[in-house]
Amino acid sequence: MAVNKEGSGYTFAFAIVLVVLVGATLAFTSMSLKDKIKKNVNDKKMMNILSSVGFTDKDVTRKNAAEMFEKYVVKRMSINSKGELLVEKSGAVNALDKEDPFNFDLKKQYKSDIAKLVQGLKNNPVELMKKVDALEDAKYPMYVVEKEGEMLYVMPMVGTGLWGPVWGYVSLREDCNTIYGAAFDHKGETPGLGAEIKKESFEKNFIGLKINDDKGGFVSITARKGGKLPGNEHQVDGITGGTITSNGVNEMLYRSMLVYSRYFKSK
Amino acid sequence: MSETAVVEVKKKNEALFSKKNKRLITDPLNDNNPITIQVLGICSALAITVQVEQAVIMGVSVLAVLILGNLIISLLRNLIPSRIRIIVQLVIIAFLVTLVDLALKAYVPAVSEKLSVFVGLIITNCIIMGRLEAFAMGNKAWPSVLDGFGNGLGYAVVLIIVAVVREFFGSGKLYGFELLGDPTSGAETGLYAMGYMNNNLMILPPMALIVVGVIIWIQRSRNSKLIESH
Repeated sequence: MAVNKEGSGYTFAFAIVLVVLVGATLAFTSMSLKDKIKKNVNDKKMMNILSSVGFTDKDVTRKNAAEMFEKYVVKRMSINSKGELLVEKSGAVNALDKEDPFNFDLKKQYKSDIAKLVQGLKNNPVELMKKVDALEDAKYPMYVVEKEGEMLYVMPMVGTGLWGPVWGYVSLREDCNTIYGAAFDHKGETPGLGAEIKKESFEKNFIGLKINDDKGGFVSITARKGGKLPGNEHQVDGITGGTITSNGVNEMLYRSMLVYSRYFKSK
Repeated sequence: MSETAVVEVKKKNEALFSKKNKRLITDPLNDNNPITIQVLGICSALAITVQVEQAVIMGVSVLAVLILGNLIISLLRNLIPSRIRIIVQLVIIAFLVTLVDLALKAYVPAVSEKLSVFVGLIITNCIIMGRLEAFAMGNKAWPSVLDGFGNGLGYAVVLIIVAVVREFFGSGKLYGFELLGDPTSGAETGLYAMGYMNNNLMILPPMALIVVGVIIWIQRSRNSKLIESH
């Protein structure tokens, strides 16, 4: 070969050709698998929503997720921070419909607009809510499930744990006050400590708790360090060794459920 | 690490062709195992050996990336400018890992969720970089494929052994099957009904290190070649 392989020209040319080839192949693969990946993500989301109203992995699998979702979720809505209804959809989910509350990316909204507010005002929920409420474009999706003749309201939520995002779905009974079920998940909390939030042993403690006090004022639910106080209807046991994750969950529950409670009160 | 690998390559070049190729596969399984002898790829060995299923998938993924990476680098070895060879190797590895990640997400999403960030960590798995740099850069395509297969297998075998120990003693299961009964409190069956309890320490990462240590100990005590003179 006449080309000088150690020369700068050859090195640059090689690097450019390699990167273009690799980039083109990856872009092509990503585009051709996009629909499949999107469907998997949506199926998982449907499974999570249904798991907050008491369906287990055995009831809802990846195979029947879309079918079960259509059967049980009668309405998909989105509201603004004042609790006013923006969009209402029913029937099968159309993955291409940008208006559909199901397709709204709550995690993205949290990451781009809300996370930095939460970071700065962690210890001042009142001030934080003022800022969060001021976000005019913020949307809050919610789902109405009809199960065994009862209307259940599923509230999606996103927050920050110790190492990364935490998220979950909390469902309320027909009275819009009593918790029917809860499902949490996380990206990378410590196994055995913060990661316990996704275990059934943590989630089942939420069942039957109330988000409002007797007079109808919003209280939220708190995971209390040192264990819930006996007879308290607004507390669950905090996670031993997972205080920061617990605090993140508390913040997420308060910030999200307050907005949803406005909708329930105006209804 | 790379020094011993280079010496080993030279030694192999003198051996017979078929015998040499066979040793490319058998060596990493015992005498030159990437985890227990070279102590590479420990990070993933600690992280994803809680369940056998994850270990198998991680092992297969690394095996695939290692074979293909070795093959590609070996085919390109006379074209790669030596000044940017490490970067080229990294690009190839990152490319293959991204492909594996996309394929997992599209075809086995449940597995992809379980592996989560560890798929990305294959890129930083030093076994792969080590084999590309020490072997594929200086050998023909076929021996490189065999070397990738051998080392990938050597990695997977140790991963699976650790995972079997951890899953069995940590959760009483193997590959997800409940062997010892149902541990749900209040409704225990099998051994659990007689008061047996899972060892939660097995689930935690330090136990993986201890299990790997025990494997190294057993291996060294049985293989006289590995006993160091001092």
